[in-house]
Amino acid sequence: MNRPATEFKERIQRALDDPQIRTNFRRAMDGLMAKRAAMFPDADELEQLRDLGAAVRRNALARLPGLLEKLEANCQRNGIIVHWAESVAEANAIVLDIVRKHGGKSVIKGKSMVSEEMELNHHLEAHGIEALESDLGEYIVQLAGETPSHIIMPAIHKNTRQIAELFVEKLDGVEFTEDAEALTAIARGLLRRKFLDADVGLSGVNFAVAETGTLCLIENEGNGRLTTTAPDVHVAVTGIEKVVETLDDITPLLSLLPRSATGQGITTYVNMISGPRKQGERDGPREVHLVLLDNGRTTSYVDPELRTTLQCIRCGACMNHCPVYARIGGHAYGTVYPGPIGEILSPQLLGCDEAGALPGASTLCGACGEVCPVRIPIPKMLVRLRREAVTRDAASPVKDAGAQRSTSEALIWKAWARIHAVPGLYSLVTRTASAFKKMPVVGPLKAWSSVRTPPRVAGRTLHQRMAARGSTK
Amino acid sequence: MSHASLATVGRPRRVYLFGTCLIDLFFPDAGVDSVRLLEREGIEVVYPQGQTCCGQPAYNSGYHEDARTVARQQVSLFPGDDPVIGPSGSCASMMKHHYLDLFRGEPDFAEVQALSTRIFELTEFLVRVLNIDLKDLGAPQKVAIHTSCHARREMGVAGDAEQLVDSLGNVERVGFERQTECCGFGGTFAVKHAPISAAMVTDKVDTIDASAPDRLVGGDCGCLMNIGGALEKRGSSIRVQHIASLLWERTDEPPSN
Repeated sequence: MNRPATEFKERIQRALDDPQIRTNFRRAMDGLMAKRAAMFPDADELEQLRDLGAAVRRNALARLPGLLEKLEANCQRNGIIVHWAESVAEANAIVLDIVRKHGGKSVIKGKSMVSEEMELNHHLEAHGIEALESDLGEYIVQLAGETPSHIIMPAIHKNTRQIAELFVEKLDGVEFTEDAEALTAIARGLLRRKFLDADVGLSGVNFAVAETGTLCLIENEGNGRLTTTAPDVHVAVTGIEKVVETLDDITPLLSLLPRSATGQGITTYVNMISGPRKQGERDGPREVHLVLLDNGRTTSYVDPELRTTLQCIRCGACMNHCPVYARIGGHAYGTVYPGPIGEILSPQLLGCDEAGALPGASTLCGACGEVCPVRIPIPKMLVRLRREAVTRDAASPVKDAGAQRSTSEALIWKAWARIHAVPGLYSLVTRTASAFKKMPVVGPLKAWSSVRTPPRVAGRTLHQRMAARGSTK
Repeated sequence: MSHASLATVGRPRRVYLFGTCLIDLFFPDAGVDSVRLLEREGIEVVYPQGQTCCGQPAYNSGYHEDARTVARQQVSLFPGDDPVIGPSGSCASMMKHHYLDLFRGEPDFAEVQALSTRIFELTEFLVRVLNIDLKDLGAPQKVAIHTSCHARREMGVAGDAEQLVDSLGNVERVGFERQTECCGFGGTFAVKHAPISAAMVTDKVDTIDASAPDRLVGGDCGCLMNIGGALEKRGSSIRVQHIASLLWERTDEPPSN
């Protein structure tokens, strides 16, 4: 195992040993699964909607280069300034430059996973700019000096008591209360002023509509609307894959995303941003920027299988339904995107050296693929990326392919293949095992036996019994 | 999933049994009982002695060349048109679905593709092709079913095992909390991520224990080994059994004198 793989296992163990993490995630995921199920009472409707959602995303990706050009042209026509960033460094530089041109003191942020991918807050703070998260969950996580543990509910790893304690510890003059509404009111009170004082509001994008140059942003707290309207400048950052062709395309996606994510029929706020304040208008930002980030996405794009990862609309249903995520929580993954989608996306964004062990943390139970609203074949991709992780191939589109390959494991599989491809050899091995009946409790069996009795080898194999029955060829 | 091929199968005279490596070594009763059930329906069962493993362990671990080497050995054993029955949703799914990915672009792809249409999971075959009629002769019993994730989500046959158990007059089928959640086996996952696997199976047997069935049956011996081992370790009296064995045991008429 390389260092990132070892550290991954250490984080997993720490999470499993933390009863608070176990309880918080289990409870939250159980709730989210039940809410989603209640939102899709009609299985046929759900399957049809998923077909439609998948078709919209596949169609958009099939025509991605053209749609991006169209998006750029139509955004520009609407007065939105469009920037292209190939890397995280480029995207950070673009945002920093915009902030510096407009006061250069403070940024108020709506929820954006791409900005997490950019580690934008660190970058801005390193340049003396305050970047304050205004989504309640993100605010909590920022206050705690942590990272999001879920892409939709960033502070889901904390319960109300932990949040109450955090507020008392970090905020001046706050009394301990476990009343969720009171805690929300405290954050709201502190944040409200910041919206008015910030030089720049920064947000993500859920869907960018090529045909109209519209940025669609959904949220529940109104902080997204304030972020994108109160400050003089609005900067939206997004991955290049978020483009869709027409406004009509948004309809099925808007129907799928909140229902899959939080079990809501629709989010409280649906923002359709079509440009800066126009002449004669009394509010809205004076400038709107769109930063389109690649960060390895085009590399995945050229591979038809890997491309399916880019269909993702970031609902988080795959993590809500993942039995592994429910046990270890989001931080154990050590990447911006946790859970099943993170296990297939992170190796593509970061390479197999850094993230090649992630796809292994799945039983391939298929729960993720079953709920994905846009039908990303996540289990199949997990297997594909496991192969990439252990197969050295200079032509592979995945960075550091083969980085997780170990000589000993490769030898074990070679030996295994030899035994199972030569019936005589297989017969010798299995008959010997059944003659001895017991297997030595070492290595893998030792770990197995921590909570289970070791498997018992039968006295006669099925091969032997069938041969004795005679109904055999 | 396999409905198109089901329509063309009809009631065959002969089938192959793919016994799976876990059944071969650890649960041969499940294999023999599968054969008995099929033979009682008047079907000749052919068990090619050259069979070993479907190749899934290496496939899921990313060692696809090794997986293909082993898979190829199986493909050659089932010539003709006869259905291939697997008493395992996971292995059946490997051969039905994943072989297509594993052999894409290979010279023998057409052969693999033809084989994939003939693969059936045991309960699927009993219910949908044979429309089997079971006469329950057993004592009253409470039975819980654990359907493997691959049987449920890849083969789509969860309902078939339920239908079979429900057709046993003296059996009460009991459910348990989070029944559709994975038991944590996952093949090599149980070794590579032993701590997560242990946490998952511990939760699983907690919920099974809580609903107190006399027996837990399933169609996949990987899950049964996992759940059964965990139940036994904690001294639970709940026995695990392959569904083929339950069906045979409860419907086998004692020879009349």
